Amino acid sequence: MATETPMPIPVPVPVPKTPNVDGQPPVPSVPTRRNGRWSGYTHLLWARTLELKREPEIIFWVFVFPLLLAFGLGIAFRNKPASATSVAVVQSAGAAKTLALLQASSDKRSSAHSSIQATILDREAALKGFHFGKFDLVVEPNPDGSVTYDYDPSRPESVLSRSEIDTALQAAAGRKDALATSNKISSEPGSRYIDFLIPGLLGMNLMNSGMWGVGFALVEMRQRKLLKRFIATPMRRTDFLLALTTSRLVLMVIEVALLLGFGVLVFHMPMLGSIVSVILLGTLGAVAFGGVGLLTACRAQKIETVSGLINLVMMPMWIFSGVFFSYQHFPAKAQPFIKALPLTALNDALRATILEGASLHSQSLRLLILALWGGVSFILALRWFRWT
Amino acid sequence: MGSPIECANLRKTYDGKVEAVRGLSLRIEAGECFGLLGPNGAGKTTTIEILEGLLAPTSGEVRIFGHTWAEHPRQLREWIGISLQETRLSEKLSVRETIELFASFYSEPRPSSAVLEELELTEKADAWAGKLSGGQKQRLAVATALVGNPRILFLDEPTTGLDPQSRRQLWEIVRAFQKKGGTVLLTTHYMDEAERLCDRLAIVDHGQIIAEGTPSDLIDRLGGHHVVEFEVSNNVSNNAAGNSNGQGQGQRMDLWRALPSVESVRNEDGTICLNVREPHLAIPALLEALNRQGQQLEHLSTRQASLEDVFVKLTGRHLREN
Repeated sequence: MATETPMPIPVPVPVPKTPNVDGQPPVPSVPTRRNGRWSGYTHLLWARTLELKREPEIIFWVFVFPLLLAFGLGIAFRNKPASATSVAVVQSAGAAKTLALLQASSDKRSSAHSSIQATILDREAALKGFHFGKFDLVVEPNPDGSVTYDYDPSRPESVLSRSEIDTALQAAAGRKDALATSNKISSEPGSRYIDFLIPGLLGMNLMNSGMWGVGFALVEMRQRKLLKRFIATPMRRTDFLLALTTSRLVLMVIEVALLLGFGVLVFHMPMLGSIVSVILLGTLGAVAFGGVGLLTACRAQKIETVSGLINLVMMPMWIFSGVFFSYQHFPAKAQPFIKALPLTALNDALRATILEGASLHSQSLRLLILALWGGVSFILALRWFRWT
Repeated sequence: MGSPIECANLRKTYDGKVEAVRGLSLRIEAGECFGLLGPNGAGKTTTIEILEGLLAPTSGEVRIFGHTWAEHPRQLREWIGISLQETRLSEKLSVRETIELFASFYSEPRPSSAVLEELELTEKADAWAGKLSGGQKQRLAVATALVGNPRILFLDEPTTGLDPQSRRQLWEIVRAFQKKGGTVLLTTHYMDEAERLCDRLAIVDHGQIIAEGTPSDLIDRLGGHHVVEFEVSNNVSNNAAGNSNGQGQGQRMDLWRALPSVESVRNEDGTICLNVREPHLAIPALLEALNRQGQQLEHLSTRQASLEDVFVKLTGRHLREN
């Protein structure tokens, strides 16, 4: 259906004979130019680029939105001393004494460590505050002088808080450290959250704009019957799909430059890999997600349908592919599947290149995964594609 | 070399159930403007899209200049220009950019400027397609069909929804193309369009051709080129006839048919329409008959018979009703 072999025409150009009008020449008019093999492709690519340029929403979603996201998250998770541990001490005979011990301990601690903020409350209010996340821990002094911790093992800050408070109370009660330890602070650029985040956002942005830029545009054209109008011409169908996918590359270069430039200038993100490697990765990512977008949209008739499909395809990758947090949190059994996702491969390769200066060669497995997703999607899309 | 368009026994069944086209055969000669006339849902669009190679027929054969779509799809596409019934071209491309884009698909296109001028779009060349009026949009659609320098132009309802001036403008464009030796196939449900524009036409209903010929041939088949329409006041006629209504009507219809020079009669919601060869013979006889019966004439008019009358005679329905 999709591939038409260029046909050597055995037949002469038909010259319809004029019926009876004025002895006019039979062929409507004399052509003045001949188009080359790639004329259709270049015009399609140019037209697509013009359309993108004239669409203000695209400028916002592709260029401005990721920067806003990076800025917001960068500010929210900027490196600062771990936030204060907030605990509630249940009102009881020993409450005041416990509070005093905690405060004494907090004053002695170095500024790099978290401080302890303790409040005395009745039991009910303390537990309510704990459940709403206002407190990380509830400390309940018992009549016999011992202490009960009320904490949630599934909340990391609660676990941390239990350990900190216990250490503080034990120390205040006279426990001596058996082992001498010292700390070195390590929050250099390159290991902060924002450094983790920017390559992830870049990957996600390439996915978003690839899926929407190709998938959505395609269904819109199908709905407008523009696809049908195109195939009513001698346009090569593969040229059209190729132009749609490659039009993404123009945007990709701008996306990459903007986000990386933003990270480097605003958050002093290190850029250890070469920019050429990053652009090559971006190209592969853009084309791979262009292919996936093409496949997602290959049969959908309505914009509503394809919007749902695109979200369905992207959802697992938003969650599993390590955009906002490391996918190492997921169970070991899930790791091979997570690593086989195209966005995981792209994000990992971008992080390795940008943050560690890894060579593309060392990323070949990830590149292969991306290329397979793109290639297989493109082939399946061609096979299943509906033009009408 | 075969005719520009030829098809035999076309059938198209959707989902194995709906028969949109039921055994349709056509042969369109070079330089002709041929019209498919029929009401909405008659199968015109399905037929034209099969001929354009956009739809595969369930059975039957299509040949364009003697070649089939399966053998030479690309070459045939070079030879034809198409305007679909409903295409919304990219709104954010200008008129010139749109024409250039379509030109790029053809191996030997016409210069865009010539097409712009021919379709009177030069002034709008830099306007975005989305900002054009209905008539300009339709001219742009035809421009994308003409820029490839086609031998055949397919137009599916080219003037539906356009104002009278835009319609006439499009007719001129079609005539100009034809004058240069091009062949045109168009569908329409406007009989005036078919009458003025088409050298020959086929009336299509329920996926079949029910009549084919030149517009005047088809009107000739009515028997009379004139239509006399009149109404009589009901009260008087009921009293005078003194019959039950249905019977009385039947009798009166026979009476009208017996008038001199009348070829056929039909009753449209109380208006009697007579197809008449010679009005100067039929009208005095009609008046006399009414007088004799003591019936009161409420309205009388005469007009030229149209394709609408042909369609009504053939199907018992009007073109525009479903």
